[in-house]
Amino acid sequence: MRHLLSTKALSRDEAISLLDIAEDMADVANREVKKLPTLRGKTVVNLFFEDSTRTRISFEAAAKRLSADVINFSAKGSSVSKGESLKDTAQTLAAMGADGVVIRHPASGAPQVLAGSGWIDAGIINAGDGTHEHPTQALLDAFTIRRRLHDGASRGRGLDGVTVTIVGDILHSRVARSNLWLLNTLGAHVTFIAPPTLVPADTSAWPAGIGYDLDAAIDAGPDVVMMLRIQAERMNAAFFPNSREYSRRWGLDDERFARLSSHSIVMHPGPMNRGLEISSAAADSDRSTVREQVANGVSVRMAALYLLLSGDREDH
Amino acid sequence: MSSERYLVRGAQLSDGTTTDLLLADGVITATGTQLSDAGATVIDADGLLALPGLVDLHTHLREPGYEQSETVLTGSQAAAIGGFTTVFAMANTSPVQDTAGVVEQVLALGESAGYVTVQPIGAVTVGLAGERLAEFGAMAASRANVRVFSDDGFCVSDPLLMRRALEYVKAFDGVVAQHSQEPRLTVGAQMNEGALSSELGLTGWPAVAEESIIARDVLLAEHVGSRLHVCHLSTAGAVDVVRWAKARGINVTAEVTPHHLLLTEELVAGYDARYKVNPPLRRREDVEALRQGLADGTIDIIATDHAPHPVESKDCEWDAAANGMVGLESALSVAHAAVVETGFLGWSDLVRVMSTTPARIGRIHGQGQQLTVGAPAELTLYDPSARRVFGRENLIGKGVNSPYLQMTLPGQVLATFHRGYATVLDGVLQSTAQIEAARGPLVRGAHE
Repeated sequence: MRHLLSTKALSRDEAISLLDIAEDMADVANREVKKLPTLRGKTVVNLFFEDSTRTRISFEAAAKRLSADVINFSAKGSSVSKGESLKDTAQTLAAMGADGVVIRHPASGAPQVLAGSGWIDAGIINAGDGTHEHPTQALLDAFTIRRRLHDGASRGRGLDGVTVTIVGDILHSRVARSNLWLLNTLGAHVTFIAPPTLVPADTSAWPAGIGYDLDAAIDAGPDVVMMLRIQAERMNAAFFPNSREYSRRWGLDDERFARLSSHSIVMHPGPMNRGLEISSAAADSDRSTVREQVANGVSVRMAALYLLLSGDREDH
Repeated sequence: MSSERYLVRGAQLSDGTTTDLLLADGVITATGTQLSDAGATVIDADGLLALPGLVDLHTHLREPGYEQSETVLTGSQAAAIGGFTTVFAMANTSPVQDTAGVVEQVLALGESAGYVTVQPIGAVTVGLAGERLAEFGAMAASRANVRVFSDDGFCVSDPLLMRRALEYVKAFDGVVAQHSQEPRLTVGAQMNEGALSSELGLTGWPAVAEESIIARDVLLAEHVGSRLHVCHLSTAGAVDVVRWAKARGINVTAEVTPHHLLLTEELVAGYDARYKVNPPLRRREDVEALRQGLADGTIDIIATDHAPHPVESKDCEWDAAANGMVGLESALSVAHAAVVETGFLGWSDLVRVMSTTPARIGRIHGQGQQLTVGAPAELTLYDPSARRVFGRENLIGKGVNSPYLQMTLPGQVLATFHRGYATVLDGVLQSTAQIEAARGPLVRGAHE
């Protein structure tokens, strides 16, 4: 694998192979010495044009467990905020000998532009671009679901027949898009539940059901309910009247949580707005995978870095 | 006027007839066969089409203010190599073309360059700010003789201001050329809103934002009995609205760009900012409707919206990139590919939509006339049988932000004549020294 830019481009075999490697990486975390020498001498740059402490430290931990050298490049306080272009930043990193670049950018497609530009030869991992994709989040979600369902017998398996309901701001969510493609590739059935204002303009080509009614979706007994974070600024842009109405209609409150079927798991990519899209009871229950998702994120990102940077890089 | 004499031998006119054309003293002095070549430079036009010089109602020349993108000279050169003899220069310069002084400056820069007639467009509102009317009367009465007014790049979205502009231009037979884009429906818009924008995570530019403004404007034009021109139609619904307005007798004209006649939104999928343009590339159905609208007369003209940008404005992430494509050099070939080769237009129709009608809408004289005795020697010779891979070397202006690079396009302009002298000969742009020598001293030296 040369770059990891989207889940849409991943084949089933590639996805399962990556998840299986993540299983191996997860085993490392249980050892006394949580470190592999695999990427010794390699340099990974975390190039973050948006604040995201969680994703950045997850990638940082992953790279360090593989013995890579890690440079954190944040747009805040850097030359980027003084108007330096993506091109100049990329060429600077190339000149410093970066082998891998983990990029988070507010513009959809920025990682793809970087990968195809010729400005830099490094392997590119998309750590979230605009409202497009966030592939490692979807991979860690799939990994988490697979472990919950199959535990020690996860290796080699997809998510065939698993029903996943994703609730919230689909329009602006790169997590939703990456999960859509990946979960579908792995054989799961995805349903999106959202206010009509937060559904993209045309989802006719999406392999997903679309609905507005969370209660009906819960009564359908999905295997997984994934709640997305609702951003405060959406309220100011008239996507919905106010946070209370949102919570009443599209929040996983205690009553809805109680109605979930006993086997359903509850996911959230974090950070959570407790009391808005998810109640504390739901978030803290043993059916919630929120903390597992964080731990699994490191394993999945180790697998991605390993696939991109170990051994001889493919020429294209 | 030029003292040069050219004998164009055996050219085919757009109506299919073949003739010689003798150009002298800036006019066509004789047509027919076996014309005497005495004292004339002979051009063998066997197999070439002779078309009236093309007229572009929608060009961004960027000067004054954005000379790193284009100048009046370089834009005029790009026009000439594309077969144009007149370009209308959009008002979004810096300073904005919103006073008599600025439009006269642009006019003078065009005269000084000498490759094409540069006809300035005046802004509708001061500074394109959409707040109060610019001095239409002063610009109309100026030496630039402005008749077309546009805030292009911005929509005159305030309905009352648009009404007043439409009313006011009646005093001098002017026209308001509207960039139809409802601003609130297109906040942060990056590409056509639809299935692809949903997948790519790019903020959508919905068709309704264009169509609702056109619908409002045609009703305003009807109400006040004025003349409206709609810039760069891009959606099937926009064609329907204009068709309805014309059937109702409303005095509206409409244009379409070459790129909206050929390219579709699928090109955006790689996030290559060369394909970022406003209005955005639309769906295949829209392209078909635009071609049909052009063929049935709903759309009156093709105009380039030539929009040069420096390299750094396109060599970046999609959101940060500038909107626009260069189009003068490729326009005739792209129109050829999009609507002639596909059977929507014949060559005489193409002359109508790229020369005659744009000249009429813009109320410019001595342009867009049929190639008959006594007509101004404004023409271009086009080889319709040529095919070429369009490359950087074909871009004569400063901008290289062309979506056609590496595409194979039909046809090639081999000569262009403006005021009787050649601006392009043997497919090669004539030098500024050649232009100066051929043109003779400027009649009015408004420029320093």
